[in-house]
Amino acid sequence: MPTSTLATLKKKKAEILEGWMKNQLESEGLREDLISNEDLRVQSNELLDILLDNLSDENLGNVESPSFGPVIEIIGGIAISRARQGFSARETGLFILGLKNAVIETLISRNNDTSAILSDILKITKLFDHFSIESFEVFIKGREEVILRQTDEISEISTPVIQVWEGVLALPIIGTLDSQRTQVVMENLLQAIVDTNSGIAILDISGVPAVDSLVAQHLLKTVSATRLMGAECIISGIRPEIAQTIVHLGIDLSGIVTKASLSSALKFAFSKLALQVIRAKQV
Amino acid sequence: MDKIPILRMGNHLLVTIQVDLYDRLAMNLEADLVQMISKTGATGVLIDISAVSIIDSFMGRIINNIASMGRIMDAETVVVGMQPAVAITLVELGLPLTGVYTALDVERGMELLRSKMQTQDAATNFEDYDSDPLQ
Repeated sequence: MPTSTLATLKKKKAEILEGWMKNQLESEGLREDLISNEDLRVQSNELLDILLDNLSDENLGNVESPSFGPVIEIIGGIAISRARQGFSARETGLFILGLKNAVIETLISRNNDTSAILSDILKITKLFDHFSIESFEVFIKGREEVILRQTDEISEISTPVIQVWEGVLALPIIGTLDSQRTQVVMENLLQAIVDTNSGIAILDISGVPAVDSLVAQHLLKTVSATRLMGAECIISGIRPEIAQTIVHLGIDLSGIVTKASLSSALKFAFSKLALQVIRAKQV
Repeated sequence: MDKIPILRMGNHLLVTIQVDLYDRLAMNLEADLVQMISKTGATGVLIDISAVSIIDSFMGRIINNIASMGRIMDAETVVVGMQPAVAITLVELGLPLTGVYTALDVERGMELLRSKMQTQDAATNFEDYDSDPLQ
């Protein structure tokens, strides 16, 4: 009878929790480095509480029932926090599925005639499958948020504009240039030119792993924009492989000052500014 | 009708655009400037667009035109003080203004014009030596 199933579950909450905790602690996927056993117990207890509070005879067979809202919410919260803590998807899934095993084990041990509760077990299985899929979705979403944030941070920290001398800016580019990053690089550089009133900008591409025609086009755009502002742009850090690729691709860089290293670019900048570096006389 | 003043500074003409350009104004400027070059025999034109925050393909073409017209009338054109957003827009529109000289501000622009004049003078002096018989 369904009523007795539900009543058994509510009555045997402590037993389910123990069974579930035992499952989790015994499993190979236990991550004591990420979550302590006490925290795990609190988390498990909380989820079980909410689940049993919201479980009723009506919604047991209906996984889409809105009354599971609070349960889904708490599962989502656990999945997101686990995604951020660095749990794998498998460990998060096993957490929910472990509860299902504990519930079913408890039910079977309480009933001598298992065939009577078979339909309930089926319903419970369906319900937990739904929960675990929900947790996967939220988990993946949490991971994606982490990735997006990291992408933003990378593009933010990888385009610093450095003033190497009065009137000379350097912009070391690390990593692949795509349209979006070029836009950020270009805006940062042009703004820095206005802010520092610099006449020469050095674009160092020694940290760019590969140059294809698209990257070259982006570089050319940046150089053109710099020139329009009234500053001169030097491209430095052209590695042998990159020189080969550029020539093989037939990209014309003849209108641009290119230097092999940042130091020779700086030397060129000094000569443009009519500056001279001399060794101090030793006393 | 609004007019953009064209100031004469010795051999050079100074145009400071203080308002956002609209098409009619830009076309008038083009006509006025060419007239002024011919009247004064100026050898350099300096256009300060530091107050211009919006530019479109038409305006880019006008600037290019002014420079080309100036060149064939023997006056170099320097555009100074372009804002970053304007520079990016022009590049994205495919108008890198290759025939136009640029400088960061009016002071540097004037310096550039002066140095151009000097090299031009030097070039005229040695024209005979430079001329290529094949051309």
